[in-house]
Amino acid sequence: MKYKTWKDLPIGAVIPEPGSSVEYKTGTWRTFKPVIDQDKCIRCLLCWVSCPEPSIRRHEENRVSVDYDFCKGCGICANICPVKAIEMVSEL
Amino acid sequence: MARIVGMNGDTAVAYAVKQADVDVIAAYPITPQTIIVEKLSEYVNNGELNAAYVPVESEHSALSACVGASLAGARVFTATASQGLALMYEILYIASSLRTTIVMALGNRAFSAPINIHCSHDDAYAVRDAGWIELFAENVQEAYDLTFQAFRIAEDKNVLFPTIVNLDGFILTHSLEGVNVFEDEEIPKFLPPKEPVNPIDPEKPVSYGPLDLFDYYIEHKKQQAEALKASYPHILKVFEEFREFSGRSYKPLKTLSMEDAEVAVIILGSAAGTVRDVVRKLREKGEKVGVVSLTLYRPFPQEELVKVLKGVKAVAVMDRSYSYGSPGAQLFMDVAATLINVRDKPLLFNVIYGLGGRDLKPEHVVQVFEHAKKVAKEGEVPEKEVWIGVRE
Repeated sequence: MKYKTWKDLPIGAVIPEPGSSVEYKTGTWRTFKPVIDQDKCIRCLLCWVSCPEPSIRRHEENRVSVDYDFCKGCGICANICPVKAIEMVSEL
Repeated sequence: MARIVGMNGDTAVAYAVKQADVDVIAAYPITPQTIIVEKLSEYVNNGELNAAYVPVESEHSALSACVGASLAGARVFTATASQGLALMYEILYIASSLRTTIVMALGNRAFSAPINIHCSHDDAYAVRDAGWIELFAENVQEAYDLTFQAFRIAEDKNVLFPTIVNLDGFILTHSLEGVNVFEDEEIPKFLPPKEPVNPIDPEKPVSYGPLDLFDYYIEHKKQQAEALKASYPHILKVFEEFREFSGRSYKPLKTLSMEDAEVAVIILGSAAGTVRDVVRKLREKGEKVGVVSLTLYRPFPQEELVKVLKGVKAVAVMDRSYSYGSPGAQLFMDVAATLINVRDKPLLFNVIYGLGGRDLKPEHVVQVFEHAKKVAKEGEVPEKEVWIGVRE
């Protein structure tokens, strides 16, 4: 991504394109990433409901995966999982 | 044909705002500007002014409502003073950073404690870092005239910054003067209806005030800093167009007898007139004294100030406020920073005067000039900070 200079920006920090926040990848903020053990997962979708981003993606048969482009590693999914199927793994 | 009407400063500002045909007023009453918002609510209620008057519950809400209205494309006005300005503080920076075009009248009043309703410049100085344009009126006529110019400046496409008209609490807000007023139908020649910059349009949605972190915040701040500097020639252009329109001339600096002055005073607001009177009298005695007062305080007229202070030996910078623990009060620091890299600059000292409405009398000004002459003669500054009119 090529960053703009102060001369190129619209004044007042206005964002003229709606929905452009999807281009802003917040996954780099993470120090721990959630890793889902699909064998343990009971498809209850509590992580999908609870993710504040939302970075838990829901698939067929209620299988879930993590969108690492936007997951900030807050750990709410791992904390709420009733069967401990999500482990927070260090990125470092 | 000029029409002269007797008005106090608050009434004159309210009358100018009515004639400027504002769309939205959001304000909360506070002494000494209360008359402004009272008059405006009357105008709206009587149907003399077709505007939305938003009776908010606090100054924080007043300025917040103004920000929204301004971004929606409205011509917007608010007024406050002292503690009210302090309660607006969070939104002051937002109003400037979002490049709103709000015009505010600030009836300058001392900050508490102890509670005081009279004039200090504490509130005017509290905005100095916030990215607003600040104008200072010296009399009621200027308060009336500067209100029109403030709308033109703020709404200029080359400026787009909120703008404050400072008028000294009670000394101007409540003093009756004969004011040359315009006829309503003349106003659009100088101040046409506002053209919105990014008016709210459901077909073209935009976001204001988004999150902006380490990857763009500093670019936005640099852009804002450069934009306020670049507004300077456009402010001068508005002053010039107002002169053509009204015959009354406004400049960033007002000077008297500075051509060959050896000692000088720099000052803001209504007290400039007292200093000018003393300068005239001292000149009659052959003393080489002069005075500079600032109509434009932000952006600070640095180059002009350097020019007018050339050849001056000693300068008293007079502040109607105090900056606790700092190397000088606010105007003093501005002047000192302006001169820092200039060769052969005058010696400077800081005079603190008039806090909480204490009168600056002609004999006080004479004392200031005596002090300045001593500094000029001896070539050194024994006291950098001098309080005048205070009981020792």
